[in-house]
Amino acid sequence: MSAPLLETRNLEIRFGGVIAANDVSLTIESGRNLAIIGPNGAGKTTFLNICTGWLKPTRGQVLFEGKDITPLPPRKIVRRGVARAFQIPQLFTEHTALENLLIAVAAREGLRNPVRDLHTIPERAEMMHLLEMVNCADVADRTVVELSEGQRKLVDIAVALALRPRLLLMDEPTSGVASSQKHRIMEILVEALAQAQVTSVFVEHDMGIVEKYADEVAVWNAGNVQLRGTPAEVLEHPDVIRDVIGEVA
Amino acid sequence: MDTVSSAARPQAPATGAPGLRLLATLLAVAALGAVPFVAPTMQLLVNLALAKGLAVMGVTVLLRAGQVSFGHALYFAVAAYGGAFLMAAMPGADLLLLLVAGVAGATLAGLLVGLFVVRYRGIFFGMLNLAFSMIFWSILEKFYHITGGADGIRLPRPTVLGMELGRGDFELVLFYLSIALMLGLGWFTIRWFASPMGQLFQTIKTNETRLEYLGVSPRRALLSGYLLSALLCGAGGVIMGVAQGVVTPEYAWWIRSGEMVFIAVLGGSGSVQGAFIGALIYEFVRTYASAFAGDVWQMLLGGFLLVIILFAPRGVIGIVEAIGRRTARSEDTR
Repeated sequence: MSAPLLETRNLEIRFGGVIAANDVSLTIESGRNLAIIGPNGAGKTTFLNICTGWLKPTRGQVLFEGKDITPLPPRKIVRRGVARAFQIPQLFTEHTALENLLIAVAAREGLRNPVRDLHTIPERAEMMHLLEMVNCADVADRTVVELSEGQRKLVDIAVALALRPRLLLMDEPTSGVASSQKHRIMEILVEALAQAQVTSVFVEHDMGIVEKYADEVAVWNAGNVQLRGTPAEVLEHPDVIRDVIGEVA
Repeated sequence: MDTVSSAARPQAPATGAPGLRLLATLLAVAALGAVPFVAPTMQLLVNLALAKGLAVMGVTVLLRAGQVSFGHALYFAVAAYGGAFLMAAMPGADLLLLLVAGVAGATLAGLLVGLFVVRYRGIFFGMLNLAFSMIFWSILEKFYHITGGADGIRLPRPTVLGMELGRGDFELVLFYLSIALMLGLGWFTIRWFASPMGQLFQTIKTNETRLEYLGVSPRRALLSGYLLSALLCGAGGVIMGVAQGVVTPEYAWWIRSGEMVFIAVLGGSGSVQGAFIGALIYEFVRTYASAFAGDVWQMLLGGFLLVIILFAPRGVIGIVEAIGRRTARSEDTR
């Protein structure tokens, strides 16, 4: 039996007296979209930060395709096939949307030719296609500061996809976006992930989004996984309704 | 920070028609090339300005990544002293050998210092560079028997492709070599800025987090630009040393580093062309202001910089580009 795509074993991290990850053991299989939900401060973003090497756990292990990646810095984890999209899009603000992707592909391919123009690299067409996939081809030549928040989110995700990851971790992909746009963004995103055959884990607060686009849901509470299951199972659970959704069961 | 940002974008909107820009560049190079014949008394002054321009280009490279070095005179001095030591060890060495050795020495020094300073950003980066240049300055001052102390050491006239030239001919060769270096290294630097490697380097200014999450080490990216900047400063140092015929610890002095930053801002921070325009203006203002205004030339320069910062935040190159844009627009509407 092959190893899960991502596995965490007994992860623990403390910030002073606060335990942000408390013995987290979790497996993520290929081809699934896992949503992480939970109240603020439950440790959801911390979990993503540990898995991508930004934070080092005080105890436990992170395994990607069966190999221990716990001590590696983010850049080495990225090179193994784990990409990240952020709650606040992390883009190169002085560059255009397309240039952000071209820079990503230059990083992926290790392009070192010191006199070749970035715009003439052969992967340009591939990056334009990626922008089309996330519905941002029409803003390819606009600088990031000229993009709407929703477009920035999508370009941020496209940058991560440009790295051809096998796993994409996303922190609130629809936060800061107008409600009317959220489902549109998720539809584009889920389709792009399916086309690129990328497994995803995303932190989300909008239960409508979780219900519609996640294959599985993990509920975080006090630094640990409280519950895991299909959206239908999890979102109907009285504890989730009480602690996360905030309605009286 | 609009100053650097707009200048830093390699794909920035064209400033004037490409043909117009090419014409302007050709005219500027032709004008420079004519100096020894049209205004021979200015030849040395222009040559010194070109040497400084090369070094300022090095500082400009770092500005593209949002970093300011207050110690790049170190590489200027390492290359110049390298050339002087080489001439002492091999009398009659060739000018090109001197240039290659000086530049290689500066780049090697850049690697040694760079491996350490690329861990830091902002004021710490700037001050650590300053610290290294001042350490080198003290070595040059204190190790009198090797370095000649405050008096420095002579850098005798090298041969050119095996030929011993008279002073006039040699100065002419040096002058045109400086122009060739300006064009060659300037072209390379502009190309490098637009290359994937140069683009990765420049993203340090806007988002190191994303750079790390692209699988790139920001330190390595910064080091690549740091090496280029040391190389460019080294080229300037060799030309300056050979042109003056003597190298002194003043080459590594902090004021020299400050001067490079000053010229970079004056010319247009982040602009390759601005480095040379700024250096030419600086040398001319300094020379003539000190001749006609005695002790207040620094004040005049300071005032000039103040005016530039207040009214032309993109430096002199920004003014030139604005004129180019206006000309192109009027051509279009005609």
